[in-house]
Amino acid sequence: MFKLMEGEDAQGSFTFLFEGQPISATPGMSVAAALLAADVSIFRQTPVSQSARGPFCMMGACYDCLVYVDGMNVQACMTKARDGMKVTRVPVINEDIET
Amino acid sequence: MNDQFDIIVIGAGPAGISAALEADHHGASVCLLDEQASAGGQIYRNVSQSTPARTKVLGSDYLKGEQLVRDLRNSGVVHRTGVTVWKVGQDGTIAYSKEEFATQIKGRHVIIANGATERSTPLPGWTKPGAMTVGAAQILMKSAGIVPTNAVLIGSGPLLYLVAQQLVTAGAPPKALVETQTKTDLLRATRHLVPALKGWKQLAKGLQLIAAIRMAGVPRFTGATNIAIHGDEKVDRVSFEANGKNHSIQVTSALLHQGVVPNTQITRSIGLKHIYSGQQHCFHPVTDLFGQSSNIVFSIAGDGAGIGGAKVAALSGKISALNAVCQIGKIPKSKCETLAAPILKKRSAELAIRPFLDAAYPPPADVLRPADETIICRCEEVTAGNIRRFASLGCKGPNQAKSFGRPGMGPCQGRYCGLTVTQILAQETKQSHDVVGAYRIRAPLKPITLKELASLETPKEPETVK
Ligand SMILES: Cc1cc2nc3c(=O)[nH]c(=O)nc-3n(C[C@H](O)[C@H](O)[C@H](O)COP(=O)(O)OP(=O)(O)OC[C@H]3O[C@@H](n4cnc5c(N)ncnc54)[C@H](O)[C@@H]3O)c2cc1C
Ligand code: FES
Repeated sequence: MFKLMEGEDAQGSFTFLFEGQPISATPGMSVAAALLAADVSIFRQTPVSQSARGPFCMMGACYDCLVYVDGMNVQACMTKARDGMKVTRVPVINEDIET
Repeated sequence: MNDQFDIIVIGAGPAGISAALEADHHGASVCLLDEQASAGGQIYRNVSQSTPARTKVLGSDYLKGEQLVRDLRNSGVVHRTGVTVWKVGQDGTIAYSKEEFATQIKGRHVIIANGATERSTPLPGWTKPGAMTVGAAQILMKSAGIVPTNAVLIGSGPLLYLVAQQLVTAGAPPKALVETQTKTDLLRATRHLVPALKGWKQLAKGLQLIAAIRMAGVPRFTGATNIAIHGDEKVDRVSFEANGKNHSIQVTSALLHQGVVPNTQITRSIGLKHIYSGQQHCFHPVTDLFGQSSNIVFSIAGDGAGIGGAKVAALSGKISALNAVCQIGKIPKSKCETLAAPILKKRSAELAIRPFLDAAYPPPADVLRPADETIICRCEEVTAGNIRRFASLGCKGPNQAKSFGRPGMGPCQGRYCGLTVTQILAQETKQSHDVVGAYRIRAPLKPITLKELASLETPKEPETVK
């Protein structure tokens, strides 16, 4: 779980939707940071074994934070949160279907 | 949209900013590209937007970045933010994307200053939500002002102590530090102590950090082995052995760190020469003193050329810029050498502490030789045991391993498993790391959409007047 650090205030905060639920964010926050601050730690499930994943590197290297933003598959850690944006989990695609 | 520049710099950390400023100073046209929304790189991430609370927590070393960013703003450097470089051509052509729109530019010389990433830390359970890198937790402090409330830090190295102390100052002391370095490592490191004393300021700072962590009552376990991260879906506990006892700590965040390694995606993709460093347990591109790579068009500066830290990165940036402006004929060789001499001297003094740090905080066996069941490729969920099995079936190198079981073929393109696959194959096949080699890296360096690709104008040859 995460909290605001001592002395940090949530000035200018706004909300966006994650799976239809309002999530609060402050200016400059990435989608990943805002979700973690709102206690969302599971971002997606892996296509290989459907196991849960959340942000690992926060710098665009691991791709474990993938989410849909307005229908596009993006790295939540590299995407700034915007007022009113719609974020959803990436639907799980079972790899077995391919074979 | 096909801009030409004398010099293109990739990465706006201390190395890239210093390089861009130096090249600008010598009259070159310079374009600086970086994925982040503002300049600063890893160490000075978001420094120009910091709040008083964050500045207090992150400390004076962080604030030093402010001046650098201000100098950049006041310079003639064209700084493009939020752009991801996904292709670098042999001739200095660079393709990057910003918000689904791709652009291609060309530099007469390119300085690659793309920094480091944290070393992969394959441990049982490290893929569970709640397990993240220590650097990731620090990024959350720098860019969002948030801290984990219930964390342990696992691993070793200076950044582990720095972030632990920053968490203490932020009012979120970690529950414990689970450190992997042993007394033997420290003993081995002492033979590098005399040269390291040149870097006594850094050593003193390290001791101050450790003292602050102790003062806050955060327990430290050293020589930890058999570390495992547990939880049904997400992290709820960490277990390990230390001092002959088994320990278990309830946590929601397991923060992992084993130092940083050069980010070689770009340098590999251009086919530059790389070499394995036994001292730093990683590959780095081969460069001369001036940062010149094996291709005349490219210099490499900062942690991307080999780990030296922020001060070394800034000095290397300047040196590479001098080399670059000399290459394109802005200054003569003699001037380049005269100007570089004092900077080279300063850099070697700053590097004096490295052999000591590398020996004192080496990656442990748990990470260099993960247990068979441990996942090493996070994307394709390939285990260390899988790689060993591929070796027993005759697999000799990482590229061949891909066809055996897809390691390195997921969206991260081997960023996290590459080094581990090489290390395991080297052990199993009894070949050197250089012979085993690394994943072949091809553009696009990051997955891009067809729309992005389509938005890219093909470069036009300049029209010839008939
Ligand atoms: C997560 C993390 C946190 C760290 N924190 C500290 C710290 O607090 N204190 C400390 O002393 N050291 C820290 N370090 C060590 C750090 O490597 C050096 O101190 C220093 O930042 C290195 O400077 P650099 O200029 O070589 O690279 P960096 O500062 O890493 O800068 C490289 C830049 O290149 C950009 N880049 C990379 N690839 C691309 C691409 N394809 N397209 C566009 N841009 C790209 C990145 O966005 C980044 O801004 C940290 C390292 C990491 C990985
Ligand atoms: S958390 Fe690693 S890419 Fe976003």
